[in-house]
Formats: sequence, structure tokens, C-alpha cells
Amino acid sequence: MESLGNLGDGFLTILTPMNMLWVLVGALLGTAVGVLPGLGSAMAVALLLPVTFSLDPIGAFIMFAGVLFGGLFGDSTAGILMNTPGNSTAIAGSIEGHRMAKSGRAAQALATAAIGAFIGGILSSVLVVFFAPSLAELATLFGPAEYLALAVFAFVAISAVVSESVLRGLAALVIGLAIALVGVDGMSGAARFTGGLPELFDGINIVVITVGLLALGEVVAVAARRGTTEDLRVMPSTGRLWLSRREIRLAMPAWLRGTAIGVPFGIIPVGGSEVPTFLSYGTERRLGSRRADSMFGKGAIQGVAGPEAAGNATAGTAMGALLALGLPTSATAAVLLAAFRQYGLQPGPLLFERASDLVWALLASFFVAMTVLLVLNLPFAPLWAKLLKVPRHYLYSGITVFAMLGVYATSGKVLDLVLVLAIGLLGFAMRRYGLPVAPVLIGVILGPLAETEFRRAMAVSEGDPSVLVSSPITIILYLVLALGVTGLLVQRARNRRRARTPRAVSS
Amino acid sequence: MLAVAGVLSTVVLAGAAAVDASNSTSGATPRSKLTVTAPAAPGGGWDLASREFQQALRGDSIVNNVQVVNVPGAGGTIGLGQFVEFGDDPTRLMMTGTVMEGAITVNKSRVNLENTTPIARLAEDYQVFIVPADSPYRTLQDFMAAWKKNPHSHAVGGGGLGGTDHLLAGLAAREAGIDPKEVNYISFAGGGEVLTALLSNTVEIGVSSYNDFRDQIEAGNLRALAVSADRPVPGIDTPTFIEQGVDVSLPNWRGLVAPPGISDAQRQELTDIVTEGTRTAEWEDALTRNKWVDSLLTGDEFADFIRQDQLRVNTIIEELGL
Repeated sequence: MESLGNLGDGFLTILTPMNMLWVLVGALLGTAVGVLPGLGSAMAVALLLPVTFSLDPIGAFIMFAGVLFGGLFGDSTAGILMNTPGNSTAIAGSIEGHRMAKSGRAAQALATAAIGAFIGGILSSVLVVFFAPSLAELATLFGPAEYLALAVFAFVAISAVVSESVLRGLAALVIGLAIALVGVDGMSGAARFTGGLPELFDGINIVVITVGLLALGEVVAVAARRGTTEDLRVMPSTGRLWLSRREIRLAMPAWLRGTAIGVPFGIIPVGGSEVPTFLSYGTERRLGSRRADSMFGKGAIQGVAGPEAAGNATAGTAMGALLALGLPTSATAAVLLAAFRQYGLQPGPLLFERASDLVWALLASFFVAMTVLLVLNLPFAPLWAKLLKVPRHYLYSGITVFAMLGVYATSGKVLDLVLVLAIGLLGFAMRRYGLPVAPVLIGVILGPLAETEFRRAMAVSEGDPSVLVSSPITIILYLVLALGVTGLLVQRARNRRRARTPRAVSS
Repeated sequence: MLAVAGVLSTVVLAGAAAVDASNSTSGATPRSKLTVTAPAAPGGGWDLASREFQQALRGDSIVNNVQVVNVPGAGGTIGLGQFVEFGDDPTRLMMTGTVMEGAITVNKSRVNLENTTPIARLAEDYQVFIVPADSPYRTLQDFMAAWKKNPHSHAVGGGGLGGTDHLLAGLAAREAGIDPKEVNYISFAGGGEVLTALLSNTVEIGVSSYNDFRDQIEAGNLRALAVSADRPVPGIDTPTFIEQGVDVSLPNWRGLVAPPGISDAQRQELTDIVTEGTRTAEWEDALTRNKWVDSLLTGDEFADFIRQDQLRVNTIIEELGL
């Protein structure tokens, strides 16, 4: 209960008119940055650092909390409306979200995303408040073998559900793995597929790939279908602000499941929120396919609710890990770490003792920032949805401009602009020939993770493969995976038999 | 009175605009406008150093308008490649340091620091060898003895290949009589990952920036065996490698260089500006906050230092087999 008292003190510290203004400024700024494709909250915080120099630490960190969560609330907006996720964390939520928008339910998709982000963020913040030190212990249980098991698990769990055709899904996955190979190999220092260009040594930025495949690919595909019978009209949004009771009943379990999936990922450093958001999407899709009235493929509300909650839950516990362990598990957390140092503070085991007033004020500001963002975002959902009424040639040329701008702002490299165009054409070709795009992104995100962890595990064990199944965590993950795959195969076989039986009767 | 102020400020603004417009020509002077290239992403080490120095130059109005531009990638060699193209522009500076020397050699960069005009070394910090608190190694000697017996069975965790952590591991191995190629070095993306690898007993020993782990060491979760400074550092209790009879030192320095074609007079002017910047209260404060150690070195001495340091780095990278 000591935590509760401390948190109360934190609220007392920050609930001043001036601090509330900082929260608001941060939230608006974060949302704006989040909406733009390619610009993430990490960048916003980094650029704000010098500006906040003249603020007192509490004011600055409250503003950062607003930016951080604002970015997470905002990045799904563009993804849902225009299929141009502002950040890689919003990819999974955009898959169904954009389909909802296309069928006239943009406002509901945006509201679902906002509420999901709120629930995921609040619940994980509560966990951080009470269990920050013990959450940190979790990180020490994970070595390379455990990460590899997790990556393999995510690979199978996600790939099995995102594509109807196994062959097409695998083909797309291989494209993703190939793109991910570009760059200097972190284990040996060898340059792979860089063509000797130093600009490619760090690999192809995930922002370039996301924006190219999703945004530009979509733009070209829309342009190519103009005037043909396939010319799909985006239905006007109904503008209904509130979710119906039925929608809430569908979304609520997905929000909670998403949060449960996202929470542990904030502590273990596996490249931010992409893995949990995709895992949550896979789970929802699997569960949805059991329902007779499954909306997946046509805009399922669970497909938005789960990943959004998972993304924000990860961000919440990532902050906990940063504060308690000094571990930056995401790009934003790494920038915040630099921000702490600006004020002569070092996150880690001693931070709670040395600057406890600041820590509790920061935690309290999470709650305030998220409440402010929910209040800001809900009424704006129908307003944002009106954007789809803009004539399409203006809308899509606008998307192209912002997408290219975002890519250039991230790296300042001309080569990235060329790459984004090339990947955009690839995205168009994939749409044209019916290859799913999501497995490419899964390959790009999980491929390097699986490779690095496998090689680290083998290096540490000096080539002994038994290290891969040497801990309870790895054994459990592989067992669950084996059970799941067997279950899937049995179900498929049964479906096939069932499909065959009626035909036998009728003939 | 008010009108006079208004007119004055208009003149000043117009003047500033004119200076801005003439930036590409020789009209601008380093005192009016200075652009610092940080060859790293926002939030990275060189970015932080650049922005701290920007504050120092602004604080005392040493330079009217200081900007920081981030050009991330390939250990800073992308930024370096762009920077040497600035030719004789005296209003440009770039942050650099030990990490770039490693990256130049590892990436086989077509340009190196010889293609720039050295201005000043500013500050340095240090790497440490660390073990978890429950490790059997109490001292550096304990570890070196075990390491020597079977180099490959002791996984060493640290930052990117060819970075300061990797170089330090190679130097220490050589002193222990181990072929640096035999070091089982596992690279991680930054100090945070090294920390989890240590705490989860993935690696036996970690090499990372002392500042990243200062609190973990003070809290007793980690034990520092040796620090890479060349002489004992006030405020750091950990003994240096040299103090423990291992002849290794590798300070992680940061400094500023100018484009290749500037004149001697312009070089002197930039050196004066930077030296003034290091004397400000803002810079003093930045050193204290970031736990950097002042190591100001200018002119030909700095140029000689870079040349020797680059040679040393090249040798060890070759020995590491990169």
C-alpha cells in the first residue's frame, strides 16, 4: 500500500495548471507526430530534448509521457484511415482497421483503437506501479535460447493465421526474410547484400519497408484500379461516435487479451511492440475463425482492439523496465534514458531511492496523459473519419507526399526515397498477384531476431544445440507450439473430411 | 525609444536573413552561424555530445546560431562521407571519436579522419569489465587466469563489432596472451542488452560504458573488475587495467573536426571558438551531468593523437580478424 500513497503524492505534484498544460502540449504533439507515417515518438522526444532544457525535470518528464503515449494513440489513426501506419507498432492493428474504414466503420475503428490503447496503457501502468521491481526479474530469465523459442513461436503462431493460402504466405514470408538480410551482420561484421553501399550497412529501415509496402503499394494499387470494375469505393463513415453494445461485447475480451499479451513483452528486449501486436492479431484471428459470423478479412473489431491494447501495454511495462532496471527495451525508452541523464538522473535500481518524487510524479503523469488522450481522441474519431470524404485523387496524393516526407525525415538519406519507391512497386505487384503483405513485415521483424538469437545461443554454448531446449521456458514454448500445430492439422483434416462427405452423399 | 528598438531589431533580423542566404558562399563566419554534424541518430552518444556543446556555445553567445544535424548510419561513416564533401566551408563541425575510428576500418570507408581538419578533443569516458555480483571472479586476475586457460569457453558480451567494447576485449585478450581471434565475443545492441545478458548468465563477463552501469555497480548488482582509463579517475573506485598489471587503456574520446579545405586562419578561429565553448559554465555542467572527463587537446597535438590512435585501432581490429 506504500505504492498507493506514493502514487497519491505523485498526483498531488503534477495536478497543477502548468503541469496539466505540459501534458496537453505533449499529448497533442505526440498525436501529431504519431499520425505522420514514419515519425515515431522516439524522434519527437529526441527533438524536444533541447527545448525542455529550461523546464524543471517534472514538467519535462510529464510532457515526455504525453508525447510517448500520444504517439502510440496517434499512429493507428493513419493506419486505419489510409492503410499507412504511422509506426511499425500500428501495422497489426491497421490490417483489420483499414478494412473497417473501407466498409464505412472508420469512426468505430478509431474509437476501438483509442479505447484499446487506453485500457492497455492503464492496466500496464497499474502493474508497473505495484510490481516494477519484480517485473524486472523477468528479464533475467530470458537468454538467447529463450528469445529464439519465442521468435519461433511467434513465427508459427502468426504465419499460420495471416494468410489463407500456405504457399502464398510462405512466399511472402521469404520476401520479408530476404529484405531483412540486407546490412552488416551483427555477429560477424560481414556486409550482406549491400552492393558496397555504406547507406545500406545498417539494413533497410523498417519505416521504409512499412511505408513502401503498405502506403505506396496501396496508392499505386488504387490508381491502377481506377475506372475498372474492381474500383472499390470507400464507403462514407456513418459518423456514429459510440460503439454499439454488440461491438463492445466483441472488443472487450480482445482488449484484455491484448493487454495480457503485451505486458510481458515490455520487459524483455525483443525489438519493441511489433511482436506482441502481431501475436495478439494472430490470437484474435484464430479465435475469430471459430465464430460462424467471423468478420476477419472484412473488418473485424477484435483485430483492431487486441493489437492496439497490446502495443500500449508493452509501452507501459517498457517504462517500468526502464525505471527499475535502467533497461531501454524500445527506441523511445532509449531516448528517455538520455533525457533522464540530461537531468543527472540514472534510471536503475537506485532511481526509486534517489529521485522517488520524480518517479512517482512520472508514473502519475502516465495516468493523466492517457486520460487526456482518451478524452481528446474519442470525440475526434468521427472528425478524423471525415478525412475519407476528401476526393481520392487528393487524398492519395496527400498520402504519397506525407509518406515520402516521413521517410526522408527519419534518415535524411536520398537512397531511402529510392528504396521506398521500389518497395512500393513491390507492394503493388504483390497486391496485383494476390500475395499477402503482412507476412513480409513479420519476416522483416522476426527474421533478424531469430537469426541473431540462434547464433548467440550457439556461440555461448560453443556449438552445442542442446542449449536450445535447456530451460523450462524453452521447453514449455516448444510444447505449446507442437500442441497448437497438431491441433491445427487435426482440425484441417477434419474440415477436409467434412467438406468431402456432403459431396459424396449428393453424388 | 520603442520605435528605435523596433527598427534595430528589424535591421538585425534582415542582417541575419542575409547571412542565412549567403551561407553557401564565403560570406558567413563561424561566429555568426555554425552547423554541427552529429553522425548518429537522435539520442545516441554523439548526438548527446553535439547538443550539449550546442548549449555551451549558445549560452555565452559565443556563436549566434548553432544547429545540430543528425546523419546516422554505419558507425558514423555515413556522416563522415557527407562531411568531407563540405570542402572549405568554415561554418561546419562534426562530432567524432573512438567509435568512428573503428567503424572506418571495419567498414572499409573510402574516407577517414585524415580527410578532415582536426579541431579539438573535448572529453572522454571509459569502458569497464563487469561481472554479476554472484560471479566467481572477484578480481581482474581471477578472470584473466581462467580466460587464458580456455579462451573460447568464456563468452564476453559487449556493444557492436569494432566498437570500443570489442576493441577493449581484444586488447585485454592480447595482454593475457590470448589470440584476439579466439575471444568468444557476443555483440549486443547497447548497454541495456549487455546488462540482461549478464543477469541471465548468458555471458560471463560484460564490456560496456562505465556510465551505463554506474548505478548497477553502486547498487551491488554488478561488480566492476577494471576500467579502461589510462590513470585513476576521481570518482571511480574501480582500479584501472594498468594498476592491476595489465597494460591496456582505451579512453572513449569525443572531439570535433572541421571540413578538409579550410585555411589556417579559419582553423585557428574554430579552435578559439571551441576552446571558449569548453570554458563555459554550461559545458562544465554537461561534463558533471554526463560523467565525462575533460580531455581538451587542440591543434597539431590533436592531429597527432588521431593519427596514432587510428593506427592503434587498426592494429587491434586486424588482430580481431574483422
